[in-house]
Amino acid sequence: MNAPNVSGWRPAMGEGGGEGAPIVTTSGDRGLSLEEPLIFELGRAGTCGVDLDEVDTPVVPGLARFLRAAPPALPGLTEPETVRHYTRLSRQNYAIDLGPFPLGSCTMKHNPRLNEKVARLPGFADIHPLQPQHTVRGAIGVIAELAHWLVTLTGMSAVAMTPKAGAHGELCGLLCIRAALEARGDARQVVLVPESAHGTNPATAAFAGYRVENIPATAEGRVDLAALTARLGPDVAAVMITNPNTCGLFERDMKAISDAVHSAGGLVYCDGANFNAIVGKVRPGDLGIDAMHINLHKTFSTPHGGGGPGSGPVVLSAALAPFAPLPFALRGPDGIIRLVEEEDAPVHHPQSFGRMAAFHGQMGMFTRALAYILSHGADGLRQVAEDAVLNANYVLRSLEDLLDAPFAGAGPCMHEALFSDSGFAEGFSTLDLAKGLIDEGFHPMTVYFPLVVHGAMLIEPTETESKAGLDRFIGSMRSLAERARAGDPGLKSAPHLVPRRRLDETQAARKPVLVWPEA
Amino acid sequence: MRYLPLTPADRAEMLGVIGADSVDALFADVPPEARLPGPVPGLPHHASEMAVERHMAALAAQNLAAGAAPFFLGAGAYRHHIPASVDHLIQRGEFLTAYTPYQPEIAQGTLQVLFEFQTQVARLFGTDVANASMYDGSTACWEAVAMAGRVTRRSKAVLCGGLHPHYVATIETMARFTGDQIDSRVPTLSAEPDEAGLIAAIDAATACVVVQYPDVLGRVPDLAKIAAAAQAQGALLIAVVTEPVALGLIEAPGKLGADIVVGEGQSLSVGLQFGGPYLGLFGCREKFVRQMPGRLCGQTVDADGRRGFVLTLSTREQHIRREKATSNICTNSGLCALAFSIHMTLLGGDGLARLARINHARAQQTAAALAGVAGVEVLNHAYVNEFTVILPRDAREVVRELADYGVLGGVSLGRLYPRQPELSNALLVTATETTTDQDIHALAAILGEVLANAHEGSPT
Repeated sequence: MNAPNVSGWRPAMGEGGGEGAPIVTTSGDRGLSLEEPLIFELGRAGTCGVDLDEVDTPVVPGLARFLRAAPPALPGLTEPETVRHYTRLSRQNYAIDLGPFPLGSCTMKHNPRLNEKVARLPGFADIHPLQPQHTVRGAIGVIAELAHWLVTLTGMSAVAMTPKAGAHGELCGLLCIRAALEARGDARQVVLVPESAHGTNPATAAFAGYRVENIPATAEGRVDLAALTARLGPDVAAVMITNPNTCGLFERDMKAISDAVHSAGGLVYCDGANFNAIVGKVRPGDLGIDAMHINLHKTFSTPHGGGGPGSGPVVLSAALAPFAPLPFALRGPDGIIRLVEEEDAPVHHPQSFGRMAAFHGQMGMFTRALAYILSHGADGLRQVAEDAVLNANYVLRSLEDLLDAPFAGAGPCMHEALFSDSGFAEGFSTLDLAKGLIDEGFHPMTVYFPLVVHGAMLIEPTETESKAGLDRFIGSMRSLAERARAGDPGLKSAPHLVPRRRLDETQAARKPVLVWPEA
Repeated sequence: MRYLPLTPADRAEMLGVIGADSVDALFADVPPEARLPGPVPGLPHHASEMAVERHMAALAAQNLAAGAAPFFLGAGAYRHHIPASVDHLIQRGEFLTAYTPYQPEIAQGTLQVLFEFQTQVARLFGTDVANASMYDGSTACWEAVAMAGRVTRRSKAVLCGGLHPHYVATIETMARFTGDQIDSRVPTLSAEPDEAGLIAAIDAATACVVVQYPDVLGRVPDLAKIAAAAQAQGALLIAVVTEPVALGLIEAPGKLGADIVVGEGQSLSVGLQFGGPYLGLFGCREKFVRQMPGRLCGQTVDADGRRGFVLTLSTREQHIRREKATSNICTNSGLCALAFSIHMTLLGGDGLARLARINHARAQQTAAALAGVAGVEVLNHAYVNEFTVILPRDAREVVRELADYGVLGGVSLGRLYPRQPELSNALLVTATETTTDQDIHALAAILGEVLANAHEGSPT
């Protein structure tokens, strides 16, 4: 008999099994499918997995009144228990290392291990941000070298290295724009954002103090130039454009858009989330862009880590460069690059809009991105863009007979292929196909984004998928598309072959349980 | 190219399926004048793993690593021992190369870690709830100020003088654009923080009071007193913790009345890394949860009734709420949160308390040694592992001269407050469990020598 489980954790048991008899395990684990309780169920107060000396020195007298009543109520585990806990948990995750991860707009490419190795060199991992600058010349060298690559690859004038992720980079770009407009006494209040934009774009514009207005898309999935031009005027501070856009298409009119915005006195922000499609092939600076963030964790392969950290340097036009945030890497007349901080900003970077975060940005991501860039070189980066676009078009043309591809008729896509759920059986949607993909051993594509396509499925294979890997993925997608069109009820309840079936998100939100209660 | 699996034969075959003559035909939507004919000019071509590693190692060798010198820097970034198991576990590909857990059925590993992390942070801070991380302490701090504005519908923030100046600058940058009013002050070189002055600045228009604990000079403010004063005016108390190890020794801010507690989690296994990536911690009262920024992981059940975890309350977030979101944050510091959480699991509450005691003892030993150097005075009555000393001359010069002797002796207040000449003789000194007796002796001896040779400059 199974002992009743008092922990609140209910392991998987019972389903499946041969000849009608469910296979039941006493442990709750099922072979290599391992369940894992919470550390609050496993751990014990007083246990410690680090050897620490006992100290009985009295505290300084001034501190006595601040001492805590009891140690924090946190259970501890020894090292073997800790290693096992996290290793078992790790096996409940899908990851790039396990297979294709075709999340559109997220650029889930292979993360080279050389980058992990160099980021851990003590000369990078173990230096303090406030050491005297002459003791961290190599770190400043990394920043300068990466900055040079980013500026040259994009054809821009300067780069602000400090933003901590894409959305932080968007904020940096908009604050540069706002500072530049204020410097010329121009209090514009509106930022225009296409309907297909990432949610961070309107959120950022609002955070930067702007009123957000949407601009519509054309029937072929691009910014409606006529509608945009009609809306431009003395109140429009900036237009935020994603190029290639979130439908996976290049904005053919980008230069015309930039020219129109500029002649109306506004500035052009480009969301560079999709830079992977054009890196080494197209310089955004040639298209009239004033500011663009680059997600180092997308195009330049720093690991996503289950949700970060990222890094979002912002390349800037000559018009915006003087307003870039502190610290700012600047080459002095002696040829030596210094980080301009508050101390010397009044002399060397007087118009900066200020500081966006403590210290100097995501150094640990800079070393990884630089190692990636040097590995590829200018020729390899161009090949990256070409292979990323080739892989996406291969997926597009291999599926378009079974899945509705709303913009495929108009020509090739860039680095991602967009489909809709049109043609599925009554009651079947994108979510069902995505969950079916999980049973097939793949991570789903981005779903229900962009918002301009009903039941959107956005597939970004990236350049690091082999043709054989893509063929396996396409085979699964074709089978799932047929099942969705036929209305296979098994798909409706997918996934079946995973640690957890569909989770009840409504219950999670109705009465949120965000922490484990103290005993 | 070692990272690109397609062969020329694959490419040709795939172009055949696509029905395109060349890869360039796939870029047809790019206007010809914007298409580069070849690799971007002026940049080198690809390099082998060995060549890149050699190049990067040469750059790394130009830096003086903290572990290679007697090291006493803090001021918002702390050097602590990182257990070997932590760095091993965060490099498991299932954690390292996973995305944000938007497909919970195949991300329970990350999600359970986030739920455990949120619980650890909430218990450490003494708050009801905590989120799944922010970029770093400074951005978490301005997000807290913005949140206090939403909660109280007021727009004035009163910042204590002991708030890290980079955090102050970050808040002031945002306020320039949001129109919020920021009432900030610089610290005075007194043994205790100026609580009376801070309390006097709180009025009926105040949304929040922001107090660093311990403060940037290492002093410990009386949070309970400030909380009472803030709440009497309907304002929130935001406590800022840049050194979470300190909370092994001093009371949790939430227990002292803080409404929001934010912090920098870098101390626990994130590493120094020249300032980033770091780990923003964010906790608050449960009643404010729908005003919180950032991702939240919540417990639920799956279709079979088994416990599981999902990202929740996402109607606060940018991908749903767009311009009405509580924050624009998307990517956060997931992997740093994992490192923090593993380290906290290894320590447990008792281990953290013992670690804090060791840090404090090392700091006391360092303070005693420095107090014995002629002309040096220790400022603080109270501190945990970081304190301020007053030197007889500009601490910026002294720090540079110490570095020439191979000693990383602290953070000068002149570096942090370049416009405050009255602070320029002050030096922040931090000691942790990594500080050895030899380090302390070296600092005291060489500082003595540097101060004695005030006008002779640095050694050759």
